[in-house]
Amino acid sequence: MGINFRQETFRDDYSFKNSPEQIRRFPFPFPEDKYMYSVNIEPHVPGLKDTVFEHLFDVDEHYISEMQDRALVLAEDPLRCQSLPHMELAGWDTLELLMTEKAKSYPDLFTLTRDGDKWHWINRPLGIDDHFTFGDSSTLPYGPLEYITRQSQGDFAVLDQRDNNLWMDAGIVTTQADWSLDFDIGMNFFEWHAPVPLAHQMGVFTRALKFLMALQQGQPSRRHNWTMTINSRLDTSPENFHKWGTDRATVTPENVGQKVHLRVEVQMFFRLPRSNALLFPIRCYLLKMDELVTSPKWARRFHRVLRDLPNELAEYKGLVRYRPTVVEWLSKYDDGAPTSAGLGPD
Amino acid sequence: MTILSRPVYGVLTPQTGKNHLLIADADGASAITDFAKKAPPGFFASAEIMYVAGPDGAKNVDALKALSPARFYLGPSLAAALPRLRQLLGESHMGLRLYVAGTEGLIGQIVQIANEAGIEYTAVQTEHRGSLARRVQCVHCKGITENVTTQPCTCSHCGLLLLVRDHYSRRYAAYQGVCINAEDPTEIPPTEEIFR
Repeated sequence: MGINFRQETFRDDYSFKNSPEQIRRFPFPFPEDKYMYSVNIEPHVPGLKDTVFEHLFDVDEHYISEMQDRALVLAEDPLRCQSLPHMELAGWDTLELLMTEKAKSYPDLFTLTRDGDKWHWINRPLGIDDHFTFGDSSTLPYGPLEYITRQSQGDFAVLDQRDNNLWMDAGIVTTQADWSLDFDIGMNFFEWHAPVPLAHQMGVFTRALKFLMALQQGQPSRRHNWTMTINSRLDTSPENFHKWGTDRATVTPENVGQKVHLRVEVQMFFRLPRSNALLFPIRCYLLKMDELVTSPKWARRFHRVLRDLPNELAEYKGLVRYRPTVVEWLSKYDDGAPTSAGLGPD
Repeated sequence: MTILSRPVYGVLTPQTGKNHLLIADADGASAITDFAKKAPPGFFASAEIMYVAGPDGAKNVDALKALSPARFYLGPSLAAALPRLRQLLGESHMGLRLYVAGTEGLIGQIVQIANEAGIEYTAVQTEHRGSLARRVQCVHCKGITENVTTQPCTCSHCGLLLLVRDHYSRRYAAYQGVCINAEDPTEIPPTEEIFR
């Protein structure tokens, strides 16, 4: 079944929207009517058809437009993609994983042919047809990490494992929820999470680190995170905060449905074979409030989650200014009825 | 509350080694004279002291000279001392021990330069003395503002009003500054002197 790729923007006129099929497969992140931090890690195994977990690396209708937006961000700010010198091998590991999985999951879109270290990669949606030598960066237009992640939705952090810790030593970050790769590169697990409130005292990071360091090759894991975004902007970077921050003051009862988005990150963890590094893809999905309320269950539940969110978390997620307006708008869709178990839209 | 990304500073302690390089600013000089009381006899015969005066000028210079180090350097600023420091670190062998005392800005920059020369930050002895003024990197324009004592502060490069976050990068030797009134640029929060 082919994907109907949308031509759309994540800036300026913000023409992004989800098709009805894409709304149904949105990875709604709340299993109950309230939210608090938890490690919430589960095995990342290929899942149900017509969900974002059908394949290890989901390609959806926004693929081409998201890759165009990434190219624009990188042209403006090349520091969004960095790799410390010792991370080159992990870059090749990443390239191999993404190419083999994409070609396996979507044979009509991607083809990989290998003859020893002579590789041939075809990416039909983006019109790419390249021959290169695996392990030799001079045969690619970019380093291996940048090359393949310019063709893969979501941000990617690559974590080196040493001295009983994980180190943020490479990555490409153009669709982030307010963190700076350029500032955090080279930091260990606790250092780059330093600004997150509450979770440290709860021991969340200590447990998460222990789990991640023990992660085995071939047994990837995933978890959710979420925030909200005003306008369908992918690049909500701290670097550009002074340009997009004013959007948060533009929410009115009339425009909530189109302007306010639930932003879900599906974070995945893969052990890489040669480098022993961890690949940490952070895939972002956006859902307009108008789209969210097409599921009565999601509307009721998200209303309750947002209304009861602790202030510290609302502050950290940057929701304070517009939360009351959105809660009021959502309340019209919450009749107080109980919600069913599970994440699906019903 | 502790800042998890901020380095932990200790108290300078003599290490075994053939060569010792001690670096201090005006605030850190007293840490070196305190350290000298614990150092074994003859320690300073294989030591160099680099004294980086900083904007407030030099003090305690005579006390440091009185330790009779093999070499004593007095420089007006870290920028001026850099070529000498880079050469020393570039020529250093495994036996060199590095000690830094003074303001956080000095320590951070020395650790950064040592790291470029292949010395791990864990191998550098550090002791914080003096002001809590912060080096701040503007996340927007990437420029660094030195000696920040206020919250918020103004970026000395692009002029944005920055919230100084409790988030520190060893690589930049700086705290992160993020525009504090990005949601509404007409809101000007009061400025408080808090990093002293």
